[in-house]
Amino acid sequence: MTKDLPQAEILDPSKPASLSPADLLDVDKIRPDFPILGETIDGHRLVYLDNAATSQKPRIVLEALRRFYEHDNANVYRSVHTLAARATQAYEDARARAARFIGAARPEEIVFTRGTTEALNLVAAAYGRSVLRPGDEIATTVAEHHSNLVPWQQTAKATGARLVFLPLRADGQIDLDAARRLIGPRTRIVAVAHVSNVLGTVAPVAELAQLAHAQGAVLVVDGAQSVPHMPVDVRALGADFLAFSGHKMCGPTGIGVLYGRYELLEKMPPVLFGGEMIEVVELEDSTFKDPPYRFEGGTPNIAGAVGLAAAMDYLDGIGREAIHRHETALTAYALERLAQVPDLELYGPRQVPYGGSGGSESVDSPAPGGRPGANALKTGVLAFNLRGIHPHDLATVLDAEGVAVRAGHHCAQPLMRWLGVQSTARASLYLYNTPEDVDALAAALAKAKEYFRRVSG
Amino acid sequence: MSLDDLYRQVIMDHYQHPRNRGHLEDASVAVALHNPSCGDELLLELAVKDGRVQEARFTGRGCSISMASASMLTEAVRGKPVAEALKMAENFRQMLQGGPAPENLGDLASLQGVVKFPMRIKCALLAWDALEKGLSQAGEKACPARNEVQNEENDGRPGSK
Repeated sequence: MTKDLPQAEILDPSKPASLSPADLLDVDKIRPDFPILGETIDGHRLVYLDNAATSQKPRIVLEALRRFYEHDNANVYRSVHTLAARATQAYEDARARAARFIGAARPEEIVFTRGTTEALNLVAAAYGRSVLRPGDEIATTVAEHHSNLVPWQQTAKATGARLVFLPLRADGQIDLDAARRLIGPRTRIVAVAHVSNVLGTVAPVAELAQLAHAQGAVLVVDGAQSVPHMPVDVRALGADFLAFSGHKMCGPTGIGVLYGRYELLEKMPPVLFGGEMIEVVELEDSTFKDPPYRFEGGTPNIAGAVGLAAAMDYLDGIGREAIHRHETALTAYALERLAQVPDLELYGPRQVPYGGSGGSESVDSPAPGGRPGANALKTGVLAFNLRGIHPHDLATVLDAEGVAVRAGHHCAQPLMRWLGVQSTARASLYLYNTPEDVDALAAALAKAKEYFRRVSG
Repeated sequence: MSLDDLYRQVIMDHYQHPRNRGHLEDASVAVALHNPSCGDELLLELAVKDGRVQEARFTGRGCSISMASASMLTEAVRGKPVAEALKMAENFRQMLQGGPAPENLGDLASLQGVVKFPMRIKCALLAWDALEKGLSQAGEKACPARNEVQNEENDGRPGSK
């Protein structure tokens, strides 16, 4: 799926020539899969760079939803009629698909949730509250999305456990030396994002897993920004729990996954009580089903799970290593383009690092934790500010050029404080983005500067 | 949708040269508001005496729209009876819901273009949310003015923030 564009088609001589066209996907074949990318915004081609917030959906996912509702829709488990059997089969097939997607040992290790937030809340409430004792420690970082911090704060308050923050290096990477000192005998849980939703940094998850396991602690990985973008294998990483969302990986909103090692899920009490999560209900007490069903009280998002499975098929059809390679090359290109924009401050690593391999060998080499391209320490999440322009104002002007970016604190207020900023703009890439999209961003940034210079005059 | 409808020169002027930025030594109330979705922060301080807004000052960090709106607010409400300030807030809110720009809004009318940028309306309203909250608190603190403010509050205004 790669194409050999002559560099001149993408780069003019004034631009850096570090883009490796051989690493790029044939995006011309991918973009037609996404109907929404044909939208125009105020007469401009849509340049969608808000993928860390949510991704767009390929037709194959939209069709899977439609097909399910038109042909198979019924509630799962409850009835014996044909449609109920089909719906139940589709839902359980989706569970097995998700298990294969992340290398789980068995489908029953997959709990369907509304998304990453609910998945992390479930671990914090069900696992955290049952194992933590006063004085125990939960190790996390200041770079977490609120959904991997606030649930732990609440669990800490309820159990008397303590939050310990693993420090970041200047570039935003977790300081492993410090982590070695801080993850100790009192640590019961280490909870980190695999990829930061602001800095794009890739956490050394496999190393953290070793540190956690050496102390008898478990590793909880927020995979919201990694699972959509690169191969993730829970057993290779040593993740005991992994949470991710369907909507950031070409799937529908309202469906996500909590992966948990089965013996850990077995230790967890349910937190949502009601239909289909019970075994026997007496008037005064009840018994509960085995995992994962005891965590899926009420009618689940059946169509969402079906759509998510279709999204996984779609991503694997293109190849997650190829997607990762594409985004890594595009990120390196974007970093160079943004470095040329005067008065732009970029947060996080300034380099992928990425040598522009010109081929696939260097990024295909097996890496610790099963990550391809272990040399890619930054993914396509680019947070920045233009001096003198508030990110909200910047995002509005970029939008007028058709360029969709996020502006704000990205649900990471402690990280904003750590960076010493109130908020940032954020561009985030996905498989359908192109060097032309990056060029459009750079051009729109230049226009924004010019615009505010003019209206402020 | 033209950017120039949003970024009027008078708005940028208030953003770059905010009026009444700072603190009040004799503030009757201080309201700190925070826009949780974008991180904008605003502290509005009001000196309310004898049923009038004597002084209004603000500090904060935010986008041009939220800061310009705050700056204009402090100019607009200074010296006004509480009831009139609240009426102004109501008019401003209505303008941002697509209503006409009332004559008495002065510079604030320049924010009418925000209507076309629905995601930015909350930026323009942040200071006004603070004003309404502050005047309500001032009313509760100052017993003589209490009834007046509360009557105003119950005067059928759409859900005050």
